[in-house]
Amino acid sequence: MKAVLSALAAGLVFGLGLIVSGMVNPAKVLNFLDIAGQWDPSLAFVMAGAAGTVFIGYRFVLKRPAPFFADRFNVPTATKLDARLIGGAAMFGVGWGLVGFCPGPALTALGTGAMPVLVFAVAMLAGMAGWRWLVRD
Amino acid sequence: MDTPTAFTPLSALAGGVLIGLSAVMLMALNGRIAGIAGIVGGLLGPAPFNGLDRFWRLAFVAGLVAAPALWFAVTGAMPEVAVTDSWPLLIVAGLIVGAGTQIGSGCTSGHGVCGLARLSPRSLVATGVFMAAALATVFVTRHLV
Repeated sequence: MKAVLSALAAGLVFGLGLIVSGMVNPAKVLNFLDIAGQWDPSLAFVMAGAAGTVFIGYRFVLKRPAPFFADRFNVPTATKLDARLIGGAAMFGVGWGLVGFCPGPALTALGTGAMPVLVFAVAMLAGMAGWRWLVRD
Repeated sequence: MDTPTAFTPLSALAGGVLIGLSAVMLMALNGRIAGIAGIVGGLLGPAPFNGLDRFWRLAFVAGLVAAPALWFAVTGAMPEVAVTDSWPLLIVAGLIVGAGTQIGSGCTSGHGVCGLARLSPRSLVATGVFMAAALATVFVTRHLV
């Protein structure tokens, strides 16, 4: 129960961060990616603020023997730089650049009730589920 | 067609810190990486789940989706979400984003925030590739076609 409530709180804080930062607005994301046009560099500050906070925070957290509400830390152990990683990242980048939504902001923007976001989010979830079923992981 | 936006470094930085705090919370409390593609993907496959694994994932997603309601309750306004694309383009992009994040094992949060913070070589490469692909895509769609 504690693990579920803490995940809910973390999701809310994450969503608020996406809203405060402007990351939830695809127009802002596309202008960040449009270096040759009407460039809005704001989102570089989102990445710096988020990665910087996690860099410092993880140093303290991962020194502990275990998380508060779970048995162990689930940190990725894969190290292979393979075609799947690079191909998947390239695909994701193309989709992100087409309309300006990545998974987190798409789900938070869904909470505004805007119809185009619903269309994107349903397609995104279908794309995720499609691949998951295909590879049977 | 392209909506102009203002440069907002302070709110961008503040929002980034909130995103980072959320990721630190999720690791400290539940021992999990705050990668949205991974959290959501874990709900969508055929693999069997134990109940708790599914519940924390659903709770995190519920928090993400509920954030605008909380924002509205506090500020009295919905966050700005300007989408100008056609439905066919939204569907194509959604499918590519969804599949791409599962094939590449991460998105902007998992690779771009948590992975970079862990100095993971895989995440460094993935972030470079998806940033380059997104920049190239915007350049092509806005300046070449």
